[in-house]
Parts: sequence; structure tokens; C-alpha cells
Amino acid sequence: MTSPSDFPMPPTPERLLDVEDVTVFRGDRLVLDGVSLTLDAGDAMILTGPNGAGKSTLLRTISGLRRPDSGEVIRYGSLAWLGHQDALKPGLTLAQNLALAEKLGTSSLADALDALDLTHLTDLPARLLSSGQKRRAAFARVMLSGAPLWLLDEPTVGLDVASIERLGAVMAAHRAKGGAMIVTTHVPLPLDNTRSHELPSLAHVESFWLS
Amino acid sequence: MTAFLALIDRDLRLAFRFGADTLASLLFFILCGSLFPLALGPSPDLLRHMGPGIIWVCALLACLLPLDRLFSAELEDGSLDLLMLTGPAPAAVAFAKMAAHWLTTGLPLLIASIPLGIMLGVKGSELPLLLFGLAMGTMSLSLLGGMAASIVLGARRGGVLLPLLVLPLATPVLIFGAASSYAGQLATSPAASLDLLGACLFACLPLCPLAAGQGLKAAVG
Repeated sequence: MTSPSDFPMPPTPERLLDVEDVTVFRGDRLVLDGVSLTLDAGDAMILTGPNGAGKSTLLRTISGLRRPDSGEVIRYGSLAWLGHQDALKPGLTLAQNLALAEKLGTSSLADALDALDLTHLTDLPARLLSSGQKRRAAFARVMLSGAPLWLLDEPTVGLDVASIERLGAVMAAHRAKGGAMIVTTHVPLPLDNTRSHELPSLAHVESFWLS
Repeated sequence: MTAFLALIDRDLRLAFRFGADTLASLLFFILCGSLFPLALGPSPDLLRHMGPGIIWVCALLACLLPLDRLFSAELEDGSLDLLMLTGPAPAAVAFAKMAAHWLTTGLPLLIASIPLGIMLGVKGSELPLLLFGLAMGTMSLSLLGGMAASIVLGARRGGVLLPLLVLPLATPVLIFGAASSYAGQLATSPAASLDLLGACLFACLPLCPLAAGQGLKAAVG
């Protein structure tokens, strides 16, 4: 879908993402206050912060779903998105649910399903899957995209220990291939050399009106 | 283009999977049309004269039924986020959904309007013209309705707002469409009405997906 020419030239060859001084309001409430971060190939960044600190908002802003009120998000490659919700249609089988991602992406469906131990569920309607299986199915979509930059919002919700290990292996393989990821999580992930970015709670900041 | 077709394909699969939702607007159309003879009395002359108008109004209302869920189901389960990020352009996503809406609502309505028309006493020779007008009309309604559905997406009480937005916009389609269908009865030429109906369709064709794409982008932001 997207060719490299759709993206600006990175300042260094490894650079995948620049977030410069991003500020986001929701209504009249300040959610993100001057957030800056950079991401290079092979990086795994964990976003931390209390509930309501704006972790999901930052991910949405980086993805481009939301426009920052000030500051700039510059992406130097395509991205894959795993949101809060699994975006699976209960009436369609796992394969049908992933068909669109498979058409748009560059990676093989069989490999992704195999890596996440979903192969035996391919022809099952999504409504019969457990919440952990649904989460893994949503993660398979990220793998299918073949995009270098992964934005993962709570990828481990509902997963058992074995599945989290499996996810860790997939993430490590993605980093080894020159990919990078930003992850919000409340449970420790089996990843080495992660960077973390702490978002402060802005609940104490007085709300004020945008003129 | 493959993504566009894959999106339509997925929507058609969903429509077949949940056949009851798809049939609901069709049954509404037939039931609604069947109520008129009960209220107006069984006079064949009166029904024949009102037939095309009844069919047009019922089709317009039946088209509205599934609009409420057209995008809101996608928004609620997170699919819309994915479509906006990795799918085709927003306008193409909107256009694919509108096309799927026409294939699952407009097309069945066209087929159902044949027995309904015969029941109301529309002559066989007048049916092709009625169907031709309805085909263009339902396409315009899918486009207009999809645009309105994307605009009210995420708004509270969007389902109530939706008909209030669509019905005024749909009046030209209704006027020219019904006028074209009456040409057979009045022994006049339907050309002018059909031209204007086509003009409505071709104005909606580029504008509605573009506006709807912007509505979808705003809804996920």
C-alpha cells in the first residue's frame, strides 16, 4: 500500500519515529504536555504512567488517528496498530477476519498464525474464541502488516504466561529484523534492553479554556 | 483496489452471516407498502395511481434502517481505527461501505419492489421505468445515507439525528424519482426527471464519499 516515498527521509538511517514536543487536549483538559521521544530500529519502548496519564492518547497521536494540538509527529516508515479492542467480527472465522490485513500486508498468514499458536483455530468463528485467543488473533494482524513500527496498546490483556512468552519471542524477532515498537503495558514483558518513557499524571493541572 | 474489494467482500459476508439484519429492511419495505391498501381502501384505481409514490417513500424509509449500524459497529469494535490507519484512503473506505449498503439493501429492495408494484396494480409496462428510477434513487440514498451516518458517528443519539439529516437531503431524489415513475401513467416523457435523478446521483457519487471520509477521520480522532 505505502511505498517508502510516502515518508520523509530519516535524519539517521535507523530512525523510525520522531515525536517533538507534542501537546494534546481532550476538550479543555490537558492530556499530553510537551512529549518528545525518538525511536530507532531495534528499539522497544514501554510507555508507563498511571491510569489516565495519556498513554493510549499518545499512541493514537503517534499513529496519526489523532492530530496533536501542537508539536509534530514524524514517521519514517509504515506502522501497525493494535488497539484496546481486538476488531474481530464475531460472525466471521479467524481467517476471514484476518483476510483484509493479509491482503494489505506483506507477511504470510500461516507464519503469523503458527508463531502465535492459532493455526488450529483458523476456521473457527471469532465468537467462539476466548479473550486470550482473540487478543492473539488481533496481534496476528500486526504481524501480517510487515510494517517496521508497531504501536501496541496493552497487547497482553487476557493472555496466559505461555502466550506472553510467545508474544515476547515474536517481538524479539521483529526487533532483530530492524523493527521497533512502542508498547503500553501493566505487566512486565519478556523483552531485553527496553527503554521506558514515563508519562506523568496531569490530573493536578488546572483545566483551562482554549481561547 | 484489492483492499477496496476485500472490504466490500467482508461486508457482504457479514450481511449473509447476519441475514436477519439484512432481511429486516426488506421486510419493513414490504410490510410498509402493504399497509397502504389497508388504510386507503382497496380501490384499484386509487392504488394504481398511488403505487409508484408508495414504493418510493417506502424504499426511502427502508434504506434508512441499516444506516445506523453502518459505521457505528466498526467504530465500537475498533475496526474503524484499523481501517483508517492501514486500509485504503478514508473516502475509499466510506465508498466501499456505501457500495456494500446498496448491495445488501438497495438491490434487494429493487427486487422486492416488483411484487409490491404488481400488488399495488402498477402495470407491467410501467415496471421497467420504475425499477430504473429506483436503481438510481437507491444508489443516491446509499451515498447520502452513508455520508450522514459518518457525520453523526460518535454523536450521542446519532440514530435519532440520522433520519433528520438524510430525509431533507433525499427530497430531490424522491421528487425526481417519483416523477419519472409516473411518466407511464401520465403518458409524458420521463426524460427530464430521469436526467435530474441521474444528476443527483452523479453529484452524490464523488461528494458523499469525500465528506464521509472526513467524517470517519473526525470520528476516530
